Amino acid sequence: MTCDLCGEREATVHLTEIIQDESRELHLCEPCAREKGVKMDAPFGLADLMTGLTDLGATLEQSGIAPPTACPQCGLRFEDFKRSGRLGCGTCYETFQRGLALLLRQVHGASRHIGKAPAATSPQAKREAELEGLKARLKQAVKSEAFEEAATLRDRIGQLEPPPKPKGTRRGTRHRSAQ
Amino acid sequence: MAHAIEALSSLQRQTGEWLRGTGPHAAIVMSSRIRLARNLAGHRFPHWATKRGRAQVRAAVEQAAGRAPYLAQALLLHLEELPGVDRLFLVERHLISREHADGDAAERAVIIGDREIIAVMVNEEDHVRLQVLQSGLNLREGWAIASELDRQLEADLAYAFSPAWGYLTCCPTNVGTGLRASAMLHLPCLVMTKQINRVLHAITKLGLTARGLYGEGTEATGNFFQISNQVSLGRAEPELVDALERIAGQVVQQEEAAREAIVTQNREALEDRIWRAYGTLKSAHIITSAETTDLLSLVRLGVDLGIVPLDRATINTLFITTQPAHLQRWAGRSLASRERDVRRAQLLRESLAASAGRQGGTTP
Repeated sequence: MTCDLCGEREATVHLTEIIQDESRELHLCEPCAREKGVKMDAPFGLADLMTGLTDLGATLEQSGIAPPTACPQCGLRFEDFKRSGRLGCGTCYETFQRGLALLLRQVHGASRHIGKAPAATSPQAKREAELEGLKARLKQAVKSEAFEEAATLRDRIGQLEPPPKPKGTRRGTRHRSAQ
Repeated sequence: MAHAIEALSSLQRQTGEWLRGTGPHAAIVMSSRIRLARNLAGHRFPHWATKRGRAQVRAAVEQAAGRAPYLAQALLLHLEELPGVDRLFLVERHLISREHADGDAAERAVIIGDREIIAVMVNEEDHVRLQVLQSGLNLREGWAIASELDRQLEADLAYAFSPAWGYLTCCPTNVGTGLRASAMLHLPCLVMTKQINRVLHAITKLGLTARGLYGEGTEATGNFFQISNQVSLGRAEPELVDALERIAGQVVQQEEAAREAIVTQNREALEDRIWRAYGTLKSAHIITSAETTDLLSLVRLGVDLGIVPLDRATINTLFITTQPAHLQRWAGRSLASRERDVRRAQLLRESLAASAGRQGGTTP
């Protein structure tokens, strides 16, 4: 496969951007990728992030969202983040949340955490974490045909699970499946 | 200082668990790795922190690690106390990242657990990066270990966490679970049959990514490919781990089919290539790192197919011990490129002869 930009060298950097179910692919050789600002030695995903960041300014402008200029906790400016792809502290996530929500949806296809939480967090988060663990054990129990255990686990999950929400809201932000 | 160097020497004398060449699908899956990114609440991320801030974080993590049962026998290394070659040595063993070795070493650390299964980087991109590295396709067990270690550390550390966005990381690409699961696959026959690009392309379509031997931004040498999850937010850890384990298992099947096809259709040509590779490795007096990796890849395939009677752990270990920093630690001094090529050839000859002796004969 040759590079989409120069059309000469072999493409070794493959970017896939997925926005609202629309997937766009870009195949670049290393020199062109560098030129485009894809950081080769950076952690994976930063390339996608950078592509997202380039568009982010424009998207925010269009939607009339002006991100706060600096994080009150650590002083990092949104400009600093756009340049490096790195935030300054945990509070930055709150400070820049509107811009980040857009970006996270581009990078992860989701903007809400599902999974483990520290034991010391809120009872609700704790409950969600426990649910997650129970569901994993249930899956395992069903697989190994331990039906008695599965029944106990299912009861416990029933006690913890919040009442079902209207269809489509719980995972409304997910539009990409990694399967 | 003396303590740190002594500790590294002890590492040099041992073989990491992940090189043993055992565990599920160990013929094709060299290793499985689980990485969790964590930060301390109320502290700036390392790149944005002052030296004093980073020192506080390091002290806090060290204290927590000191109380974690999983790190009871662990080695603690402060990177600023290590010369560059020793930091590179840790990179070659997959115990720290290249970024951790290259950056400003001040207030950076790594904590290395028993048999090198656990490694915790302190003040890399995030305050805490813990990894579990094991032989074979073993991601579910790796996740169980990582999750328990996470729980142990959390008893003493308040992590930056939001119920909406999960574990808060320096780079938004890691936020949520902070999890990156990866498997290092040896795929020489998919490369030989020119199917590899199709396979890698399919992997990226599934929300995974493929990279070279040393991870991020490195080329695939020696037919090693590391596949890992791309998404860390919006999917629970067991789901991410299961998906990767399943897909890695499918790639393993494809490589097995390619091996079968080559053995059936072209056994003599394949054996010729493998024995020539082995012949070069056990006879050469000057050999580069790149040539070594390519030839070891062929010999590893020969071991897997029962053609070359050596043990897999010997070959796996040679991929690491023939790297520049390992050679220089072995020599006890810094070596110019040409000197390394000579030393490398010597190490290969000695190791292969010793291993062949243990297996009782080498020729077909």
